[in-house]
Amino acid sequence: MWRFIGFRVLQSIPVLLVVITVTFFLVRLAPGGPFSSEKAVIPEVKAALEAQYRLNLPMFEQYTAYLGDLAQGDLGPSFKYPGRSVNELIAAGFPVTAELGLYALLVAISIGAIAGVIASLRPNTAQDYIPMSVAMIGICVPSLLMGPILILVFGIYLEWLPVSGWGDMPGDKILPAITLGSTYAAYIARLSRAGMLEVMSQDYIRTARAKGLPEWRVVVGHALRGGMIPVVAFLGPAFAGLLSGSFVVETIFQIPGLGRFYVQAAFNRDYTMILGATVFLATLIVVFNLLSDILAAWMNPRLRSQYGER
Amino acid sequence: MSAPVITDIAQAEQGTSLWRDAWLRLRRNRLAVCGLAILVFFVLVAVLTPWIAPYGYAQQQLAMGATPPSAAHWLGTDIYGRDLLTQIMYGGRVSLAVGFIATAVALLIGVTWGAVAGYAGGKVDAVMMRLVDILYALPFMIFIVLLMVVFGRNMLLLFLAIGAVEWLTMARIMRSQVQSLRQQEFVEAAISLGLSPATIIRRHLIPNALGPIIVYTTLTIPSVMLLEAFLSFLGLGVQPPQTSWGLLISYGAEGMEEYPWLLIFPGLVLTLTLFSLNFLGDGLRDALDVRGAKD
Repeated sequence: MWRFIGFRVLQSIPVLLVVITVTFFLVRLAPGGPFSSEKAVIPEVKAALEAQYRLNLPMFEQYTAYLGDLAQGDLGPSFKYPGRSVNELIAAGFPVTAELGLYALLVAISIGAIAGVIASLRPNTAQDYIPMSVAMIGICVPSLLMGPILILVFGIYLEWLPVSGWGDMPGDKILPAITLGSTYAAYIARLSRAGMLEVMSQDYIRTARAKGLPEWRVVVGHALRGGMIPVVAFLGPAFAGLLSGSFVVETIFQIPGLGRFYVQAAFNRDYTMILGATVFLATLIVVFNLLSDILAAWMNPRLRSQYGER
Repeated sequence: MSAPVITDIAQAEQGTSLWRDAWLRLRRNRLAVCGLAILVFFVLVAVLTPWIAPYGYAQQQLAMGATPPSAAHWLGTDIYGRDLLTQIMYGGRVSLAVGFIATAVALLIGVTWGAVAGYAGGKVDAVMMRLVDILYALPFMIFIVLLMVVFGRNMLLLFLAIGAVEWLTMARIMRSQVQSLRQQEFVEAAISLGLSPATIIRRHLIPNALGPIIVYTTLTIPSVMLLEAFLSFLGLGVQPPQTSWGLLISYGAEGMEEYPWLLIFPGLVLTLTLFSLNFLGDGLRDALDVRGAKD
């Protein structure tokens, strides 16, 4: 197990380096400097600005200096908001996005896993078809459509829930969480159904039944752990999807999170902010992929024995 | 006496070719056939749009403004008095084109990459597939947003960027197919005949791996179209004066309180297309008996 973890951690390092390097040079390659859109700037001022942002150095030195700053956790100053650092902007936006992502994940896992397990208990009956058809709808209605429709129905026609904001009114977190979570609930439902069906046909389930255990104990106590492995392995990619999905959901519901900052930074050409946020998000995603892989390996004895513990 | 029996066998043999068999199985799957029919219809409409669109693409009646569906405008008009059906038809051209072209890019890279890695084996394979592993871990969605910001929002880049993301799974599928195929006698025969690796891959390996390729391609198109809609919704994808379903949904969402039809109809068309592609993909997977094509 430790060998597996060590191997996966080592594997993540080149990934992060590639992310940082590619992002850095992509942003530097962008046409037009950050100040070229401004009116004619006095040369001395421009030189001072460029020195402040290290734009006067050769490209490679800029890169190594940036890496040095990164190692100390410093993402540099924002181009667009002078006097504010990228760290501050991320610190302001990320807690909101994290909270939204967490609720969405809870929605996705609870609804998805329950629907998937229920469907798997009686395959090819109505108990299977109905949840799986709903899951198909969840996959095919993208969040950019789901959000406006939920707002229209629950916010405007029924007037049950607020249509925008975050933490300003009671219940304004419900619609964003459902919007963001619905697609993943659908995927998780399909994965857990497939996982459970696979597990339920195995010998150790027959053994459990032969012991005379009631069916619910067979499902909850024996099948669930094996059947949920695909779901756990999916959590890493799902987390990445939730983060990028928050771009859309935060835009729809006007939530002041990192996703909205990122899109705004994209429009403002706030290059340091884009660079910093990309590195930050990428690191998060890589770490989460790592965690979900380790968790899935820990749940799967066969995979565990593949690395050490032979 | 024996002659009719032989013709019977000949007929029976004719009826059991792999593809024919798959087609028969697919035809029994009602949802998949429905999906195929809807898709063919949408593609036909998209191709013929310049001739069959009820109004001109740029034609607007500012005085009329947004009107709900009527006999003159089946799906209503937007706030500039433009016919929504016409907008959706032209938007569909872009959305479907992105879906098909970006998928074709992904197909080309993925199949080639996977086939070469699987055929070469050894160190080449290890290096190529390790690269795929690394790319897999990259947060691509964010990279596409970044690309669109840095290089401006042009369509060609959109195709390439999306295609560059989606080829990874295809490469993995292709590699495992080729690995199992190249052990077989007909490939050994081809090698002993002195055919070049490129010829063997093109003439023998790819045709035999066509089933999984087709299934996975069908399932890639909807995710590509979603990506395009996602970017266009944020304003980073297709740019006016061109339009796409994602862009129409984003306009529709702005004024949905007063003009809900501007949101509902483009949304319906996009959802219907995604449904069709997913059902067709699932149906093809069952018909061609491909396991684990979607993971």
